[in-house]
Amino acid sequence: MENAVVSGHHLETSTGLDNRKLLMWVFLASECLFFGSLIAAYLLYRDRSVVGPYPDDVFDIPFTSVSAFVLLMSSVSMVLALASIQRGDRRGLQVWLFTTAMLGVLFISGQAYEFTEFHHEGLTLDRNLFGTTFFVLTGFHGAHVTVGVLVLLSLFAMTLQGKITQAESLHIELAGLYWHFVDIVWIVIFTLIYLIQP
Amino acid sequence: MTLADYRKIRPEDTESVEAGHEAGGHAHPGALEYVQIGVVLAVITAIEVGLYYINDLSHTLLVVLLMALSALKFSLVVLWFMHLKFDNLLFSRLFVGGLLLALTIFVVALSTLHGQLV
Repeated sequence: MENAVVSGHHLETSTGLDNRKLLMWVFLASECLFFGSLIAAYLLYRDRSVVGPYPDDVFDIPFTSVSAFVLLMSSVSMVLALASIQRGDRRGLQVWLFTTAMLGVLFISGQAYEFTEFHHEGLTLDRNLFGTTFFVLTGFHGAHVTVGVLVLLSLFAMTLQGKITQAESLHIELAGLYWHFVDIVWIVIFTLIYLIQP
Repeated sequence: MTLADYRKIRPEDTESVEAGHEAGGHAHPGALEYVQIGVVLAVITAIEVGLYYINDLSHTLLVVLLMALSALKFSLVVLWFMHLKFDNLLFSRLFVGGLLLALTIFVVALSTLHGQLV
């Protein structure tokens, strides 16, 4: 299959496209439904808590803004990693892959800090409807980021061993699609959950 | 349209695949363009946070502006970083299909259960 790509012919599939990439897009489409449902659940229940703390009591917008910025910049470094391997720059790939993974770790660390602060404020998973829907939504997003970081670090280890070449840039592209999707989910969460308050 | 029709949906696909690009063939932008888009994304985020702190803004206007800026950021990442602007149309249709289905469920859930977006 890889040889067919490199030699410049369509792949031997019904669409002429790589089925792995097609599958990734189908997966991301299903993820839209997953996160759409969680965001809808949050918006439905955030105002129906009978006890505090409420969103206004715990949200730290400056801190979350920095987190959002970090994740956005990780998308830039991810796409630079792909651009590097597509022009055969393996050193650039290593640098940008590692940068992306570290920015992901920074985001996760920020989320862990935020969750800890909320816990100190009295907000827990079972405290009220706001807490339940907030932690489920952002927790699942954080889990996605964590999986992404593990994938990126695995790919980084493979690049160190010389296992990813220009002809295999699809591996990086697929990881990038997943990573960018996690980023766009946070773009939506940051606006709808943090910035827009009732 | 059959699946096979997606083979020839975009002329540039054929050109770039023949040039030796990866599956789903397309010519991606260069690093400079990616960095420029990254700067735009950072500026939009700064504007969003700035809007949040403007007390004189009406709530409705704030919501409209924030959602418009969020949609712009979303589109920039999807079109350029995820390459939907340059990739085969089938990928766009799959993703937009999922997105529209999610939006439908979102609106139906909020309207039937009397949720409030703002």
